[in-house]
Amino acid sequence: MSIKAKNVNYVYAEGTAYEIHALKDINLEIPDGQFVGLIGHTGSGKSTLVQHLNGLVKATSGRIYFNGRDIYGENFSMKELRSKVGLVFQYPEHQLFETDVLTDVCFGPKNLGFSKEEAQKKAKEALRMVGMGEEYDSRSPFELSGGQKRRVAIAGVLAMNPDVLILDEPTAGLDPKGRDEILDQIERLQKERGITVVLVSHSMEDVARYVDRIIVMNHGEVRFDGTPKEVFRHYEELEEIGLAAPQMTYVMQMLKKKGADVDTDATTVEEAAVTIENWLKGR
Amino acid sequence: MIRDITLGQYYPAKSVIHQLDPRVKLMTTIIYVISLFVAKGILGYVLATLFLAMAIRLSKVPFGYMTKGLKAIIMILMFTVVFNLFLIDGDVVLWRFGFLRITDQGVKTAVFMAIRLIYLIIGSSIMTLTTTPNDLTDGLERLLGPLKKIHVPVHEIAMMMSIALRFIPILLEETDKIMKAQIARGADFESGNLIQKAKAMVPLLVPLFISAFRRANDLAMAMEARCYHGGEGRTKMKPLHYESADKTAYGVVWGYLLLMIALTWYERLHPLILL
Amino acid sequence: MIRAEKLTFDYERLDEEGRVESKKRAVDHVDLKIASGEFIAILGHNGSGKSTLAKHINAILTPTEGTLWVDGMDTKDEEKLWNIRQDAGMVFQNPDNQIIGTVVEEDVGFGPENLGVPTDEIWERVEESLKAVGMLKYRHHSPNRLSGGQKQRVAIAGVMAMHPKCIVLDEPTAMLDPNGRKSVIQTAQKLNREEGITILLITHYMEEVVEADHVLVMDDGKVVMQGTPREIFSQVEELKRLRLDVPQATLLAWELKKKGLPLQDGILSMEELVDELCLLKQKM
Repeated sequence: MSIKAKNVNYVYAEGTAYEIHALKDINLEIPDGQFVGLIGHTGSGKSTLVQHLNGLVKATSGRIYFNGRDIYGENFSMKELRSKVGLVFQYPEHQLFETDVLTDVCFGPKNLGFSKEEAQKKAKEALRMVGMGEEYDSRSPFELSGGQKRRVAIAGVLAMNPDVLILDEPTAGLDPKGRDEILDQIERLQKERGITVVLVSHSMEDVARYVDRIIVMNHGEVRFDGTPKEVFRHYEELEEIGLAAPQMTYVMQMLKKKGADVDTDATTVEEAAVTIENWLKGR
Repeated sequence: MIRDITLGQYYPAKSVIHQLDPRVKLMTTIIYVISLFVAKGILGYVLATLFLAMAIRLSKVPFGYMTKGLKAIIMILMFTVVFNLFLIDGDVVLWRFGFLRITDQGVKTAVFMAIRLIYLIIGSSIMTLTTTPNDLTDGLERLLGPLKKIHVPVHEIAMMMSIALRFIPILLEETDKIMKAQIARGADFESGNLIQKAKAMVPLLVPLFISAFRRANDLAMAMEARCYHGGEGRTKMKPLHYESADKTAYGVVWGYLLLMIALTWYERLHPLILL
Repeated sequence: MIRAEKLTFDYERLDEEGRVESKKRAVDHVDLKIASGEFIAILGHNGSGKSTLAKHINAILTPTEGTLWVDGMDTKDEEKLWNIRQDAGMVFQNPDNQIIGTVVEEDVGFGPENLGVPTDEIWERVEESLKAVGMLKYRHHSPNRLSGGQKQRVAIAGVMAMHPKCIVLDEPTAMLDPNGRKSVIQTAQKLNREEGITILLITHYMEEVVEADHVLVMDDGKVVMQGTPREIFSQVEELKRLRLDVPQATLLAWELKKKGLPLQDGILSMEELVDELCLLKQKM
């Protein structure tokens, strides 16, 4: 279930005064089952890129392949692509519209042509996956708390059984515990179901903690692409483009500058704790 | 991106007309429209054309922008012309086919009607092209000021207009976002018959309304927090003053209207036989 | 500057005939005393009552029970309403939903216009406020063309132009990216330091709290923890129980302590932590 982008360019409002080259010659491949973090500052093109991956925006030039098939090809069904590549927008709770939670989550599967019973079955499964118990099924989505609404909205996409799940800043506006809960649930999904996850995030700490691979976007181009450790080694270059490394990277770098003989690769608190303990105990 | 669209089609430039007080421009537009209906003969239309040409020259807005507004009314224009052409009775029949006939009177009325409509659109375009929406609401608020005496909430109407101007681009962007989000959930806004299409709009309209109300609520709170309590006791950061240019403009405009009336009266007494 | 005694607020839910159907206590007997010129941070998970408390300071809400004084004025006193709102300005979460003007400078002028400030003085205030938040060069821009962080700074300027003594910022950074967050917090800190404005910052980001004079933690409508950032952040487990977090450096120090390393409680910054660690290494 790989997604492959080849020489993708996207020009917004071509030929007008507002012309913006939002994506410049993007080449990347996301293999099956990977947990990918997509970072970049506001306006770097990351949101535009993810909208290309499920066909919401059509590239000005270039090709995108889903499982080896050209999504712009003649016999390719966009509807099918959208069910396979689920996209959760920023503040997804703003798209809820039904009178109860279950019916809202059924919207996706019903659009795919499933019968009412099948749709409900899928919806219930999806709701349980995001940790929303049965007691919420008949509640109005508008009476839930912010974090619960967000989970219902994510379930709305999960109910379509996507192979790839793309989330655009799923934790924005939540409290710290709410942020951890959502990300833990996504991680569990990725591990247990083997689905591919693309996480668009501003938080380097979150990215460092959860993902296998980081893609850094800047001015519509892919600037870095690699494991968190590889990417965060370039912390000075990341700062130049208005980003940063996780705070643990800085702690390790500062220690090193003070003459400590430590490995600076740690990016999460747990890793840093282990490295520092070993260093202090002279191991 | 959608936020870049400017509403009202303001064309930024530094011209005499741009710098005029919005009240003057509003009044001028109204007077000009009146003058178009006063004009009855060829001399009147020559005068109206001259006046318009002068305004276009002074505004420094490319002529192409003025005619943009015409595209929207092309159907109405055609309809008016055809209607007048065939249905007005006259003394001399120029052309006849079955029950259809064209008379001299018909041609005259059709041509004048067309000119009147075109001038009307260009005239008001000059106003919207040279005045920012904000100035326009300000001007309107001041011009309608006297209506406060008969309890028309003039300040509130103007405030609503300016808030609408600020929020329309935001809501457009939001519509685009919700639409994409629902398409990502398999929604189809395009196919199907009219009823199916209308039904398909529910997942778009419900979130949009909820969002609009949430924004309205937030904004009301933010305005109250900044001590907004209606127009009473409010001062203006950019109050409107008449400058000497504005007074001159008023003079020119009123002079133009009087001349138009005089010309029309003269033509009634001494008809020029052209048509 | 701000004093609350047994401040309590119930949200009432009315049924169709307008009778009170159910009540939800959002703020529960809060006592508060904030001195002029302080930088106060309020933490608490979603629904802990911190926003409701904030709205009282600006008299958008008035207490169901108890009393709140802003600069000696009781917020229930309707005659003082506009004085209270001028004294205690408020910045909200969503940058788009609090900007009224279609041009930056006109938005900043909105508050003074409402206060009936003479035109010439409005212009002076607009200029000085935009300068204070570093947005002067954007004065003729449309707010729609600004980034989230810039919009929030315009909103702060809009409050500053009313010459307040205190600004309440209700999760001003929740919708911003890291750079926008930084610029907004730095602006608030600068106004506190240079203009002596009392700041109440409500946030979910622990890093933004580190430099506050005083931190309040709310849960279930009550103030459950109070103290300096150092005092608050030394209670890692308690904060986690309250659905909160601690700064990353603090968390690392806490993890290391759990491993048996003799580190101090409540380390707040990376610099501090690194210094401590180097000292420790020398001793070992």
